[in-house]
Amino acid sequence: MTLDKALRGQWAAIQELPEGNVRAQIIRFGLSEGEAVQCEEALPGGPIVIRKGTFRLAIGRRLARQITIRMLSHQPGVER
Amino acid sequence: MARHGHHGHNHGHGGHGQSRGRGADCCPETSEGEHRLVLAGNPNAGKSVFFNALTGLYVDVSNYPGTTVDVSTGRYGDHTVIDTPGVYGVSSFNDEERVARDVILEASMVVNVVDATHLDRDLFLTLQLIDLGKRVIVALNMTDEAERQGEHIDPAKLSELLGVQVIPTVAVRGQGLKELKESLELVCSGRADPDLEAELAPLLGRGIPWAHALLILEDDPVVSARHGLTPGGLRDDLYRRRRGRVAAIVKAVRSPSPERFSLAGFLAKLTIRPLTGLPILGLVLAALYYLIGVLTAQIVVNFTEKTVMRGFYEPFVRRLVGALAPAGTPLGTILIGEFGVLTMTVTYLVGLLLPLVVVFYLAMSVMEDSGYLPRVATLADRALVKIGLNGRAVIPLILGFGCVTMATITTRLLGSARERTIAVALLGLAIPCSAQIGVIAGLLAGTGPLTFILYAGVMFIFFGVIGALLERFLPGRSTDLLIDLPPLRLPRVDNVLAKTWGKSVMFIREAGPLFFYGALFIGVLQVTNALPRIEAFFAPLTVGWLHLPKQAADAFIMGIIRRDFGAAGLFTLALTPVQRIVAAVTITLFVPCIASVTVIYKERGLREASVLWFASWALAFGVGGLVSMALGLAGLGV
Repeated sequence: MTLDKALRGQWAAIQELPEGNVRAQIIRFGLSEGEAVQCEEALPGGPIVIRKGTFRLAIGRRLARQITIRMLSHQPGVER
Repeated sequence: MARHGHHGHNHGHGGHGQSRGRGADCCPETSEGEHRLVLAGNPNAGKSVFFNALTGLYVDVSNYPGTTVDVSTGRYGDHTVIDTPGVYGVSSFNDEERVARDVILEASMVVNVVDATHLDRDLFLTLQLIDLGKRVIVALNMTDEAERQGEHIDPAKLSELLGVQVIPTVAVRGQGLKELKESLELVCSGRADPDLEAELAPLLGRGIPWAHALLILEDDPVVSARHGLTPGGLRDDLYRRRRGRVAAIVKAVRSPSPERFSLAGFLAKLTIRPLTGLPILGLVLAALYYLIGVLTAQIVVNFTEKTVMRGFYEPFVRRLVGALAPAGTPLGTILIGEFGVLTMTVTYLVGLLLPLVVVFYLAMSVMEDSGYLPRVATLADRALVKIGLNGRAVIPLILGFGCVTMATITTRLLGSARERTIAVALLGLAIPCSAQIGVIAGLLAGTGPLTFILYAGVMFIFFGVIGALLERFLPGRSTDLLIDLPPLRLPRVDNVLAKTWGKSVMFIREAGPLFFYGALFIGVLQVTNALPRIEAFFAPLTVGWLHLPKQAADAFIMGIIRRDFGAAGLFTLALTPVQRIVAAVTITLFVPCIASVTVIYKERGLREASVLWFASWALAFGVGGLVSMALGLAGLGV
């Protein structure tokens, strides 16, 4: 599944990033493969805003479609 | 102090002391005695507060050669302090990064400002600076905000793991600045990635300095080319290793403290949720319009232009100069005539443009420092993707309503040449600047709301159509939005004022001479009696096609210099409401002012600038004529 399908509030682990400069930029932001992020906002037809701790990143929808994620049922490390 | 600084050159911790001092080899203009203290940090980490605290009042803002990025320089003791644009790392992804990279490469020491609330993001740059072999001091800034957000950071532990000094600061309240200044003497290089030594060995063996060698391995195209080498291809691996080290450090130094509700955090969420974000954006835009379009363009400018400049300054200068070059003589016409370089140029520059520019930069600085702009970019992304841009382009497009010239310069922040072409074309063709909006508002005033709606409607449709056509037919692919959303903050007054002042001075310095030459040109046309001939030449277009009086040609000639000039020229003609709409649309779409054309030429090259310039002639008269025809058919004709 890809990041553009994420809904507000959901948790996901990043599985695969696209190649090239954009990959280096995303890794630099701290979102390498395996990192858990929360979808803070998914604007209809627009960008996905993801959050890792206090850091928030808005990602254009077309780019979000190129990022593979694995859905998590809840925040990692937090007991349910 | 100078002697202490020299000690620094033998101050090796990181196992590659040989890399230092080499700076002198790669940049001959840096003498051994000069200490280049460079401030580096992620965007919004608070660097400028440190810069101001270190350098005080005497700051020199200059354009970095070959770019449109400004670099501030000042002095602290015997250090030259250089501020760099905020970057997430040392590389070449955009102009800001290229400038920061070069300034950092030549630094004798780096004060790295780290945002404690974004430790994870910011330490990547810190470790990269350390890996580059730089002598670094970390200013761990906004520690108070981190605590509020539920994160406690152990500075001693962080210092131990990085191998450099870490000074906790709350720069906006002046906390930690004294400690930072005191610790500058103890700057040292930190604990670099231990595997680098072996990986860099082949490049170091060829006499390439350590920092350059690392950037070559990290695929920096510019640094590689400078050494005549192909990029090393290890970026992915090196970045991921560095990320891994950051994660380990963050885990070791950060412990959660109880999170508290924050109003700013709550508001921040509302700004990007369409249901609440769009009304908020509407309010912000309305406030901006009121501030710039009403308060400044009408009330303030009315006073500065009419009362001060036309009421006091112009009569004064006319009397003064009139004694030597009486009005009516050729020299008198050029100096103090209707378009005189001493009368109209100065009135426009000081009375009209200066207040608008100052207030506009003030508003922009507040928007920038509050962290709101990236949120607008997020909201606007969906619409902008349709015209081949991404959300980031809202910044130049909004700026364009202030001044198309400076907006054109900021198109540099867009991700690809394709986006820059589209944005520059839209700015040049379809966006009226604040000076022009003011005059057009005057032109349409008193004709009822319908003319405003018709005018705005035509402009909006034109904007969308041009954008969509460019997106459809320009080759290549635009980049996607990837933007960091900083927390919302109350901007600091002194920062906002300093920014406004610096940018306003730069603007007047650039625009002043162009105004002068423009007025000189019109003055010469007047003296040589060329205007009536030009009017006759353009009569088929102005009278035949647009159904305007033939004197409208003067306005368009003036419009070549500045569009608001042109609009002001229309002001003096007796026009019907329909003619007013046609004239307003045509002059808005007409060629960008000379200052903009110069910048477009510098930014996008001769070919693109010429295409744009001639296209705007065709489009302005084409659309103007169509509007005239449509309104005529609708029974509203002249």
